[in-house]
Amino acid sequence: MVRPFIDKVVTANDLREGDVVYLTETNNWTRHLSEAEVLQDEATAKARLTAGSGDVLKIIGAYLADVTAAETGPEPRHFREEFRRTGPSNYFHGKQESAENV
Amino acid sequence: MYKYTQFDTDFVHQRNAQFRAQIERRLNGSLTEDEFKPLRLMNGLYLQLHAYMLRVAIPYGTLNGGQMRQLAMIAERWDKGYGHFTTRQNIQFNWPKLPDVADILDALGDVEMHAIQTSGNTIRNVTADHFAGAAADELEDPRPYAELIRQWSTDHPEFQFLPRKFKIALSGSPRDRAVTRAHDIGLRMVKRQGVIGFEVIVGGGLGRTPMIGKVIREFIPPAELLPYLEAIVSVWNLLGRRDNKYKARIKITVHEHGIDKIKALVEERFALLRDSFQGNDQRLLEQIRTGFAPPAFKTGPLKTFEQRYGFDRVFRDWVDTNTHPHRNNAYAIVSISLKTPGKTPGDASAEQMRVMADIAERYGHDELRVSHEQNLILPHVHKSDLEAVHKAMQGAGLGTANIGLISDIIACPGMDYCALATARSIPIAQEIATHFDALKAEHDIGVLKVKISGCINACGHHHIGHIGILGLDRAGVENYQITLGGDATETAAIGDRAGPGFSADEIVPAIDRLVAAYLTHRIDASEIFLQTYRRVGLAPFKQALYPTAARGKQANAA
Repeated sequence: MVRPFIDKVVTANDLREGDVVYLTETNNWTRHLSEAEVLQDEATAKARLTAGSGDVLKIIGAYLADVTAAETGPEPRHFREEFRRTGPSNYFHGKQESAENV
Repeated sequence: MYKYTQFDTDFVHQRNAQFRAQIERRLNGSLTEDEFKPLRLMNGLYLQLHAYMLRVAIPYGTLNGGQMRQLAMIAERWDKGYGHFTTRQNIQFNWPKLPDVADILDALGDVEMHAIQTSGNTIRNVTADHFAGAAADELEDPRPYAELIRQWSTDHPEFQFLPRKFKIALSGSPRDRAVTRAHDIGLRMVKRQGVIGFEVIVGGGLGRTPMIGKVIREFIPPAELLPYLEAIVSVWNLLGRRDNKYKARIKITVHEHGIDKIKALVEERFALLRDSFQGNDQRLLEQIRTGFAPPAFKTGPLKTFEQRYGFDRVFRDWVDTNTHPHRNNAYAIVSISLKTPGKTPGDASAEQMRVMADIAERYGHDELRVSHEQNLILPHVHKSDLEAVHKAMQGAGLGTANIGLISDIIACPGMDYCALATARSIPIAQEIATHFDALKAEHDIGVLKVKISGCINACGHHHIGHIGILGLDRAGVENYQITLGGDATETAAIGDRAGPGFSADEIVPAIDRLVAAYLTHRIDASEIFLQTYRRVGLAPFKQALYPTAARGKQANAA
């Protein structure tokens, strides 16, 4: 039996700032998971990861992260990715802080 | 304090200039990340979950007011206004930006600090007893030897590509406050027929395979210390398992080959190396020693202190809990708690750093220490100044009287920051501390070392906590495993795993049940948790942790 494919996004950290970024359909890097391109099959995921990883002047450490599609965009499936898209729980720093300053 | 020589200054500046150019080449694409990574790690720069992290060495935990003030400046100018003090006497900045790192390193260099060899497969920051040079129970200040080791190990050409990282800790006292038995090499100062030397312990370590170090040499005189250390690292450098990262540390080498074989190889190598130092190390040691002369202790009446101690309960509690005996009777060693319940263990804001710098300069002979328990120390405070120090601390949220108590928790950054973590540590520490603080029970509970790691690498020293907590990922949910009976001191021991883990919601009630079991079983308040555990064993604590399982067992037996 073939295991069903779990949707993915390509994620990395910004080379200069280290902030968490996600690959979009238009080959840009966004700071918001909701704007990430959702990859729905293995071949596409692999190809997009290769494409993203090549962007060495912008990002570092690209990998595929599992997501669940939702109305508002992809949602993380693992708590690690939840922290990455939010920020630490002991201070209101990181993405949660920038979101408030938008 | 040790002052940089012209050589030290030039070396740090040269290294910083090289790294500045390396960062530029990474940013313009001349270096790939694969090429850049080992270079940034050699300079203490990691990539973590949300940002880069810069780990700055505080050699043997010693710093002065000016250095602390510079750390505050860096925290405000290039980070988010705080720093995190770690179990290896480093400070970590959690939010630096890559293009700023070269400026940060220059700012550190201006106050004789650096981030060299705080990462990578090198000999890391040399740590020491945080009460060194002050403790009443000390044979001799171990820091001149620590500085000698730092200079020998920094950029040592043979040891820049070791099989894995290598950590050395020193203690000058029979009371081990430097966790020497859980380091790759631990050096414990001993006296033989009136002569000072070191007992050399090798192959200790925590992480996925925790081991208590073994004595490889019962006594090495100071004159032979460096060649002996070089012999150990050199033997391991060739023998260490480069094929498997998880088996590369010297603890595994010692375990696989046996201490006797390692000892024989080290002695053989030592015989070759011994004369090659030609006394240069000893001449250097003598120069270094002048930097560690004790401060000019002052004298003065203690009457006001004694009166205040007599009638002010809050002050008395703080003195009883947060000070330790100084070798000068009129002085005390003050521990500044970075563990105010609800706060992040080991964190200090820039404002707090400045307050500590001011206090150190005014009342503490301009000296501060970082402890492996993530607190700060004023090693030399005249007792007549304790009241003023306490008052200044209280005003800055630094007056918590909880050193050694249940809320004085070691916690690694865990999954709130660390890319390696499998679960969070900080919120668990915060919840345990606030829980017992609210009960106002911690002084009655007494000495109880809780240590929390957010992954198997054990930066939070969970194996050697009286109560250790290890955060794991169990099928996508944070889960916390408890170990009991660990000990970080001269009677070092690895804790016993208590049983199945607990969810984040269950962990505080579980700790509560453990503490209740201790209070029930202790002979009296003078028997601390660890002593009770050693006397009664795991069973009653296990029963307290897993009451349902215990009931089920009884029913089956009936």
